[in-house]
Amino acid sequence: MAELFVYGIILGSIIALGSIGLTLIFGILRFANFAHGDLMTAGAYIALFLVTGLFNWLGIPDKNLGFLSFGWRMIFTFPVSMMAVSMLAILLDRILYRPLRRKKSGNVILAMSALGASFIIQMSVLILWGADSLFYKPGVLRPALELPLEIKIRPDQIFIILVVFFSITALHLFLKHTKMGKAMRATADHPELARITGINTDRVIQWTWGMGGAMAGLGGILYGIDVQLHPGMGWGFILPLFAATILGGIGNMYGALVGALVMGVAQQISTAYILPTYKPAVAFILMILILLVRPQGIFGGRS
Amino acid sequence: MSLLEVIDVTAGYGETDILDNVSIELEPEEIVSMVGPNGAGKSTLLKTIFGLLTPKKGSIKLQNEEITGFSPDRIVRKGMGYVPQVENVFPSLTVHENLEMGAFIRADDFRDKLDEIYALFPLLLKKRTEKVGKLSGGMKQMVAMGRALMLDPKVLLLDEPTASLAPILVGMLFEKIVEINRTGVAMIIVEQNARETLRVSHRGYVLAMGRKVFEGSGLDLLKDEKIGKLYLGG
Repeated sequence: MAELFVYGIILGSIIALGSIGLTLIFGILRFANFAHGDLMTAGAYIALFLVTGLFNWLGIPDKNLGFLSFGWRMIFTFPVSMMAVSMLAILLDRILYRPLRRKKSGNVILAMSALGASFIIQMSVLILWGADSLFYKPGVLRPALELPLEIKIRPDQIFIILVVFFSITALHLFLKHTKMGKAMRATADHPELARITGINTDRVIQWTWGMGGAMAGLGGILYGIDVQLHPGMGWGFILPLFAATILGGIGNMYGALVGALVMGVAQQISTAYILPTYKPAVAFILMILILLVRPQGIFGGRS
Repeated sequence: MSLLEVIDVTAGYGETDILDNVSIELEPEEIVSMVGPNGAGKSTLLKTIFGLLTPKKGSIKLQNEEITGFSPDRIVRKGMGYVPQVENVFPSLTVHENLEMGAFIRADDFRDKLDEIYALFPLLLKKRTEKVGKLSGGMKQMVAMGRALMLDPKVLLLDEPTASLAPILVGMLFEKIVEINRTGVAMIIVEQNARETLRVSHRGYVLAMGRKVFEGSGLDLLKDEKIGKLYLGG
């Protein structure tokens, strides 16, 4: 059980990277980005292209680092792939969502367009890489470390938790201390007031997509390292992402973090009692329960 | 030349006109109040001046420059500040962060301005690291005014600054308004507390049914029996 709990924390920290972006975007645009999971997929596959293609061609060494199952080549893909997903998210907003917002399209139309974006990303991945599950580095997994309480954990997984911890801390410091971070929080509070205060809300929206995209991209890469790559990997995250966001209170980044950890742990622990195939159902049931009992989330926010 | 001129403005929401051919002026360093019954169009007039509504007819000039149809973020750069009646602060930001956001478009060092605002509202200094959402209505109003002052506006539009404040705070807030005005900021104040507002105003306009029905000095409007009976509550 202790081991499942730790695995839940790992899954939850990956969910957190997606749900934080989702909640920030919702906070500012009141828009549920159903394509958010697919930004994770995009991040994972762009990293795959870099590791097996571009960086391989550039001759960046690939010797494993310490106990990890990957080397510098993989490490270098992180910033590049995150940046690429940032751009993809901003582009998506520019060519798809923003024109619809300007036309004052309803929520249903925006949701449908997000679903469309989701399919486009999934199908592009399918065309380029095929439907099979892929790994960054095929071969034998590194032996797991034995921790007390019979917890077996791979060094990669410790790396994942550390990366998530540092990136969320960095995002927190950004929102707390930089001018753009404060403007993002202000715009999420009252977009109209932000505009009449002189805050350039268009730029704030662009930054929000950029940050949300980078975080999602990172989550996708980490999931690829921990488990595998698959064209539907991000789409499979959409339920836990939304459940975590709602649980934490929509628009509340710290709530989304806690919500994500709860979702991760609940999903993993459920595998002790039911088939792992039902993991998404656990997220779905939790989401329905939260909506029935406390729609404003555990920490408050917008219902 | 007037600082701000509103000339024959007709405006409203959708098909409905709220303002009907309204003309007003604001001279430099002047306090002008806008009084009248509910639904007279006072708040609509402020929103139209600030570009939140586009007039269907008429024009608005700031320092002789045409600003009709400008977006609010452009108007704020021209030197006008606006404090809405509701949703006028960022609740999840601290007092200090709210004031910093007020200076968002300033690229220079604005620490002097922050000190000035804390000197004007000493109560805010004690709460500077607290989230504004947790503060009282009076404190929120001070934050909202402080935020609008961060850009050194020439014109400040205040929409019902004393609505829903305790009577003791109303007097205090009017003192602050006079104090701000003495630093050279011209203001248009929309108020339900008509008598108090007229007392501190140089001039006043009475609006009813979207039309300007009276104008005059603050004292004249206060003394006029007919206006008192009809619009200032006896």
